[in-house]
Amino acid sequence: MDDLAQFKQTFFSECEELLGDLEGHLMALQSGEGDNNTLNAVFRAIHSIKGGAGAFGFDRLVAFAHIFETVLDLMRDGRLEPTPDSVLLVLHCADILSDLVKAAQNGTELPADHENEGRKSLIDLAATIGVDADPHAADAALAALDAQLAGGGGLDAEPEPAPAAAPEPEPEAPAAPAAPAKVPLLKYLVKFTPRDALYQRANEPLILIRELRELGGFLAKADAEAVPALDQIQPEGAYIKWEFEVETDRGEQAIKDVFEFVLDDCELSITCLNPPAAAAKPAAAEAKPAPEAAPKAEAPAATPVAQPKPEAPKPAAAAAPKPEAGAGSAGPGGGAGGGGGAPGGETKAARSIRVDLDRVDKLVNMVGELVITHAMIAQQTEHLHADQHPELANGLAELSHHIRDLQESVMAMRAQPVKSVFARLPRLVRELAMMTNKKIRLDMSGENTEIDKTVIEQLGDPLTHMIRNSCDHGIESPEDRAAAGKPAEGVIHVSADQRGGRIVIEITDDGRGINREKVMKKAIEKKLVAPDAVLSNEEIDNLIFLPGFSTADTVSNISGRGVGMDVVRQNIQSLGGRVHIQSRPGQGSSFILTLPLTLAVLDGMVLKVGVQSYILPLANIVESLRPEPDQINIVANQSQLLRIRGEYVPLVYLHRIFKVPNGIDDTTKALIIIVELEDSSKMGLVVDEIIGQQQVVIKSLEENFDPIRGVGAATILGNGRVSLILDVAGIKHIAEHEGQQRGSVPRLAAPAA
Amino acid sequence: MTKRVLTVDDSKTMLQMLQFALKQGGFEVIQGENGQEGLDLLDANTVDVIITDINMPVMDGITFIKELRKKPKNKATPVLILTTESSQSKKEEGRSAGATGWIVKPFDPGKLLEVIRKVSP
Repeated sequence: MDDLAQFKQTFFSECEELLGDLEGHLMALQSGEGDNNTLNAVFRAIHSIKGGAGAFGFDRLVAFAHIFETVLDLMRDGRLEPTPDSVLLVLHCADILSDLVKAAQNGTELPADHENEGRKSLIDLAATIGVDADPHAADAALAALDAQLAGGGGLDAEPEPAPAAAPEPEPEAPAAPAAPAKVPLLKYLVKFTPRDALYQRANEPLILIRELRELGGFLAKADAEAVPALDQIQPEGAYIKWEFEVETDRGEQAIKDVFEFVLDDCELSITCLNPPAAAAKPAAAEAKPAPEAAPKAEAPAATPVAQPKPEAPKPAAAAAPKPEAGAGSAGPGGGAGGGGGAPGGETKAARSIRVDLDRVDKLVNMVGELVITHAMIAQQTEHLHADQHPELANGLAELSHHIRDLQESVMAMRAQPVKSVFARLPRLVRELAMMTNKKIRLDMSGENTEIDKTVIEQLGDPLTHMIRNSCDHGIESPEDRAAAGKPAEGVIHVSADQRGGRIVIEITDDGRGINREKVMKKAIEKKLVAPDAVLSNEEIDNLIFLPGFSTADTVSNISGRGVGMDVVRQNIQSLGGRVHIQSRPGQGSSFILTLPLTLAVLDGMVLKVGVQSYILPLANIVESLRPEPDQINIVANQSQLLRIRGEYVPLVYLHRIFKVPNGIDDTTKALIIIVELEDSSKMGLVVDEIIGQQQVVIKSLEENFDPIRGVGAATILGNGRVSLILDVAGIKHIAEHEGQQRGSVPRLAAPAA
Repeated sequence: MTKRVLTVDDSKTMLQMLQFALKQGGFEVIQGENGQEGLDLLDANTVDVIITDINMPVMDGITFIKELRKKPKNKATPVLILTTESSQSKKEEGRSAGATGWIVKPFDPGKLLEVIRKVSP
């Protein structure tokens, strides 16, 4: 069994696909578009998951899938009507199943009662039509039956004859107890009369005889009395019967096992000819009809038969169809089309391969190194004149081109359409609409837009939360909408689109929009903004992303699950993305998410601050300028503001934040880079100079270091030096909370010195 | 001579596991993902044993067995059905379609080869 453990990964990938498809099928069922094929597909998905789970010993998953499957089987048979309630239950159970699959994959243990409720509902549902879907109940019933049998057997017999008494035992069940018991060498008389059906199912007495012979001492007698004249022989007719004497120490069960597949297609009797003394009495009693029958059969059997005779049935029964086979294969020669189909199937299978994600990541990483090495070489050769070394220059240019292609191809390997995340949304909206008694339609576009797999995996939660928010807070009740002159049905539009080097996902609703008055009041109440603060509409809207902010008057069980929009923003930021909201009161709101195409490479600006150079993500930069002296205003608490186009932007000296010596303090000699933060607020970073734009490979610091505020990651520059990638939100935090004023520099610098 | 087994199952995991077990037993393996693919493969190939799942899209295992048995070429080819349940009804259904025997999932590779021995010359 351990050998098969290597296919676990395949199993989980398959589960993922099956669960994904399942979602679609279930949605179709719920919207009433499903038919019997849909139910069949749903059943098959659960069935396949159960089958695989059984192979790897995920017992809990198997147990739940089994009950689930039973109910689905009843549904596809038409015995259970798929009502809205039962479909909802099936949806719910599909989620549970998905949880169990994930738990099995990650090797985690879910709470013991995780599936209890769903399980009970399924059992109850099956019980409404009198079906017991609970395997444990069935086990219990069997156990009770066994106890009864054992009790009854105990009165007059050893357990041994019990299987003999029952002509058609479940082969698996008695085999287990029989195996450990030591069986003496006994001689059995086996009488075997095949019926036509045995041959029709391609069973072959000769194989059975071969198997029997391996049990021990063996003597066969064939009775070919009934074989008709050649011209009357039916190719699949059963004309020959056998008697075998088998001497074996493997017990009667071993003989029965040989006939496992043909029990219903033959007459079979097995009699022990020399039962051991202890079991003699009951065995003889059981076998009574057999010895009577034996002589009858023996009389004709003994006369015409000799040992070589068993070969006879071969031409009669097995070989007969074979000549036809030759003709047959010529017949379907017309099936050349079918033959063409076969290789077609193979190429289809070869079109995609499953590759471990680690391998792809390793490749991504190596391409990253290649980018760095290329940058290094390019820098080393910069001083050489292109016309003196034309081949080198051309080669480098070409190399750069190829590396970029290579990089894009590798990134594409990790890319997946956002479809997989979007697929969950229709159901979510439907459920939310039901819970809130609203009418909501979901439109989606751009599902085929591709993003990095890691981003996709992390996108589910924030997206779900924003949709919840739109359904709960955004879309109004049908009455309110009617009063506002809107159609009763609210619309949420989710779109994905690639713009520049980033993916933009927008979630737009046509609801009431953000109530700015209420948001402002709440923010002041929660001391998130000063009571006298004057904020632009946009700034007010984006207050909802602040930690600890929630406008819902009562915590509903939809949005108010303890996860605020601040967590959404954190999630998106940790993916290197940004989120903000645009709202038009009375007309609706849009959440706008921008995400990087990949997490491995970043477009950055190389900055010089004192002796250090840093990378600033290009995505943050709005503009850069060298200000006139009159643009700088110093406010009471000594912080400096840059006045630009009527707006005041706080200035942050990067060299003070990072305590870099010899940074330029004179703003008119330095350079100011205006950056925009997630909350749409702006900040002016004061740096010495901009060195240039560069694509850098992100090297995570978290594997080796504790998080450093203000620094997101690191990279290696073309000159081989490590450079830190700045995190503007962290820098803002340092500036606001730890201070960066000239006066405070010595205090900050002191511990470092 | 290497014997060839046709395995038909809509689960790639199961196909891979069967292939692994069968190759260890020295069999050559060809694979189809549903009954229709199975029939097409049978038209183009000669096989010694057929192993098929029951629940599959496009064409299920029961129909597959009934169809393949209609062709003289396949009449004597042993067909084993894969079943998760050892329930009598599934076996009966398979048998009445013309299945030779059955393999109860989950199988272990040794047991699988043993069952094949029981139906294959």
